[in-house]
Amino acid sequence: MFYSMDVSGSNLQSDSFEELAMPLFDQLYNFAHWLTRNREEAEDLVQETYAKALKGFASFRLGTNFRAWMYRILRNAFLTSRTGLKVTMTVPLDAEEDGPELAVERDTPESLLFERMNQEVLQSAIDDLPVYSREVLLLCEVEEMSYQEISEALSVPIGTVMSRLSRARRTLRDRLRPRLQESTTVATAREMNHGL
Amino acid sequence: MVCESWRTKLDIYLDGEVAETEMRNFDVHVRNCPSCAGDALARVQMKRSIQAAGKRFAPTSDFRRRVRMSIAPKARRSLSLTWMLAAALSLVVVASSLSAYLGIQRTRGEQAYSEIADLHVATLASSSPVDVVSTDRHTVKPWFQGKIPFAFDLPELQNSDFSLLGGRMTFLGQTPGAHLIYDVRKHHISVLVFQERSLTAGLGGDFISPKKPSFNMETWSQGGLRYFVIGDASAADINNLSNLFKATP
Repeated sequence: MFYSMDVSGSNLQSDSFEELAMPLFDQLYNFAHWLTRNREEAEDLVQETYAKALKGFASFRLGTNFRAWMYRILRNAFLTSRTGLKVTMTVPLDAEEDGPELAVERDTPESLLFERMNQEVLQSAIDDLPVYSREVLLLCEVEEMSYQEISEALSVPIGTVMSRLSRARRTLRDRLRPRLQESTTVATAREMNHGL
Repeated sequence: MVCESWRTKLDIYLDGEVAETEMRNFDVHVRNCPSCAGDALARVQMKRSIQAAGKRFAPTSDFRRRVRMSIAPKARRSLSLTWMLAAALSLVVVASSLSAYLGIQRTRGEQAYSEIADLHVATLASSSPVDVVSTDRHTVKPWFQGKIPFAFDLPELQNSDFSLLGGRMTFLGQTPGAHLIYDVRKHHISVLVFQERSLTAGLGGDFISPKKPSFNMETWSQGGLRYFVIGDASAADINNLSNLFKATP
């Protein structure tokens, strides 16, 4: 479900910050954990995000998207953290960010395969994605953000959002396909053994 | 070719990011194209799977509480705290000032009492406690004329336990006054009379007995004069003599 947290009005107090920010707590933590891959670092990141957001709340522009603003703070904090710097140094930026690269899938349907897929396998595949693919995929699929909102959260153009998203999905499918086939083979073998 | 053009936008379509008109056209196409419908179904399935798998990590309640405490009306709380501290500080300052003021007043008052007591003791210890020796008030009162800058009346002592022994000049805070000695059941009582305005300028406004006075004492202001009645007699005797002076017109 997409929802926008546009803040209007002029009374930006700390209590209104709490009212706006705490409902985002679970999802921000989840996102932070996906980025850092570590509980303690995720907690530090979320703590830092809330501290920075509270400090900068007075400068928050009215009428803009509060959720995207919070995610942007969290992501910037991550990128400047030790883990974030290490990740961004080892993962090159996309070469084709100047325009969307849209995948064309022909070997469909895969719905049955996804249904059979173990959730841990999918989580592992998401975790293996480069951070720029991982974050955009999570913001789109898990947080159900619009492209515009993702664009604000990541501070990149919408075109970049679309190209990264497309690449993330394609990479995920490519990595999952062998595992799905393997999983299907194992399942079929089990069924056959069970039948015998 | 038609399907190819749709498929390039399939993810955008499923993300709900294409224009409304284009969305309606796409809906029509998917209903009539099994291939695109299957592809769309697979991708929707994948989206759902990613969504479920993506909601993987949950914060602990303790961590939530810590963050909430760190942001919850912290600014307001700190503001309130600041105001509370400021108020407390102001209160402390006021209390200190008041305490210091009262302390000074008490010190002055006690100092005055001490001086009165000293005058009483020193007079009684003197070989000549009084300069005018008389039990007659009409003799003692005139003796002070020209010696002190004010006049006062002495009470009629008939039908009382008190007797007048005499009087002398005295000084308190460089202010001249009258010192009268009375006797009651072998106890000597001093009555000292000063001009109020001269005395308060020199010693402060209030005359406070210490918590554990060595003598009983009463003091009051009447007719612009300050009276002190002090002695080792009972408080009742001190009070009775004081009342006789107060009743004197």
